[in-house]
Amino acid sequence: MNIFLDDAPALVVVLPLLVAAIVAFIPSPRLAWFITIVTLVIHVLLSIELLTSFSSFGAIIYEFGNWPPPWGISFKLDGVNIGLQILFSAFVLIATIYARKIFLSEIEPEDSGKAYSLWLLAIGSLNGIILTNDIFNLFVFLEISALSSISLISLGAGTNRKALLAAFNYLIIGAIGATFYVIGVGFAYAMTGTLNMNDLIIQLTQYSEGQLAIFAGMSFMLIGLMVKSAVFPLHLWLPPAYSYAPSAVSTLFAALATKAILIFFVRILYEVFSIYNDYLILFLDYILLPLSLIAIFVGTIIAIYQDDIKKLLAYSSIAQIGYITLAFSIKDNSGVLAGFVHIFNHALIKGGLFMAVGYLAISLKDRVTLQSIEGYGQKFPITSYALLICGLSLIGLPLTNGFISKLYIFQALYINEMFLTIALVALSSALAVIYFWKIVEKLFFSSKGYKATSEDPAIYIPIWIIAISIIYFGIFSSSIVDFSSIASESLIKGGIN
Amino acid sequence: MVSGLFIIITSQNYIKKIVGLAIFQTSVFVFFVSLAKIIDGTAPILNSTNDVYSNPLPHVLILTAIVVGVATSALGLAIVLQIYKNYGSIEENEIKKVELKENN
Repeated sequence: MNIFLDDAPALVVVLPLLVAAIVAFIPSPRLAWFITIVTLVIHVLLSIELLTSFSSFGAIIYEFGNWPPPWGISFKLDGVNIGLQILFSAFVLIATIYARKIFLSEIEPEDSGKAYSLWLLAIGSLNGIILTNDIFNLFVFLEISALSSISLISLGAGTNRKALLAAFNYLIIGAIGATFYVIGVGFAYAMTGTLNMNDLIIQLTQYSEGQLAIFAGMSFMLIGLMVKSAVFPLHLWLPPAYSYAPSAVSTLFAALATKAILIFFVRILYEVFSIYNDYLILFLDYILLPLSLIAIFVGTIIAIYQDDIKKLLAYSSIAQIGYITLAFSIKDNSGVLAGFVHIFNHALIKGGLFMAVGYLAISLKDRVTLQSIEGYGQKFPITSYALLICGLSLIGLPLTNGFISKLYIFQALYINEMFLTIALVALSSALAVIYFWKIVEKLFFSSKGYKATSEDPAIYIPIWIIAISIIYFGIFSSSIVDFSSIASESLIKGGIN
Repeated sequence: MVSGLFIIITSQNYIKKIVGLAIFQTSVFVFFVSLAKIIDGTAPILNSTNDVYSNPLPHVLILTAIVVGVATSALGLAIVLQIYKNYGSIEENEIKKVELKENN
């Protein structure tokens, strides 16, 4: 047993990837789902094991094949990603429990083995993105996750053929983003001769004056990662991809895919780039901050005009990613802390919202639009109230975890005396009320007196787990804040200071 | 690099877009391989006559990247095939017309 535990950092990535190969050949949806669940339960146990060994021994660097870091590929589990690792592991388990019924109704039964296989591939590769400490290895995981998610999105073609166009657009834009990232890696490798993140930081100090090739390389890498994490204005692939994918798939990606890449994005920014303070400040203040503010407004305003609820949520994701990058663009501990808090909270909120909307989608057997859900608050009360809780949290009502995020973002802005930005963020929160209110109005205040129908516990229990955790972390926010402060401290310290 | 990117952006045909993507990726691969070249360098084989050799690591990286590129193209073409089955066209402007009609 001990041998397995020693290799836990590798196993959390390798296990889903290996099982994916087996699941692809299983024709029975039930058995495929069961194997997936067992794998993910082991995944959660391994993550807990990682947490305990992190809390007793500190950061873990796992070297593949015992090759020492500059030569071999290594994984790093430190304060930055331990929190996300736990959240990721727990969330994918809940999402998979939820996914069974959704897959049954949205995907052909004979395809479901392959669907679970792609699902596991996406999980394994996203976990790789979270853990990897090697810039080229990241590219490989980025592409595995992109290809598996594109295939999953195109499975949505069973219900709506637009899914194919969404998948194709994502493929093209995603591949351009990934190739930009590789160009950046090429420049960085040419200058430093290393691909390992820790070694890269050390090697870059010899160019502390700053070299054009390094700045070019870093810019390519950052732009590539911004495409992948859908930072405005490179977000165009995201709304169609999330809204036409099968509901379970949008849940997984809306909650976790962009977040995993954002974690790596801030690693590059704050760990590797911290030696080039001038360039970093230039990038944060004149590029990331304005783009985040525009993203918040554009995302929110487009969301207000959407009829299709999955599209509405996808545009609201653009705005929420804007909040996260806004927090990260404040170059001090409080800002980075707020960014991490919002990553955790938004993953729960958006995951919950997409789950609830996904249930409405399979019971409607059609697109979920504002018109079609009229009165569904009475018809599906259990799901609708969970949706209400997640939505209130998205707006940032007290007692929900969304409030905690907003609180920390405002606090960080206040400490740094960015009062104009505070006003803008407050305004955008008010705008977010509009689009969410439209949903609530249709759901609950309708004259169509539907009788409550019986809902499927296999679907509403996972949704309510998320909804309850949203309230729990809204009241007892200390665990999320602790993880975030560990993350922000180790990120700021991670660079050479 | 730029010509590949240009094809992706300007071309209306989905297959041409994938070709553009392949050109774009291949040129990046060549860029990587060119980094490894050392003047008078040989293959990295240990023998008594040569002690100058090219860096093999970029080649290995690109081997991985080629596999990724092939997978991307294959998946892209598979999706284009499905698009053709569903829409009867692989031209972006024609599909947009169909979409517009559907929305009205």
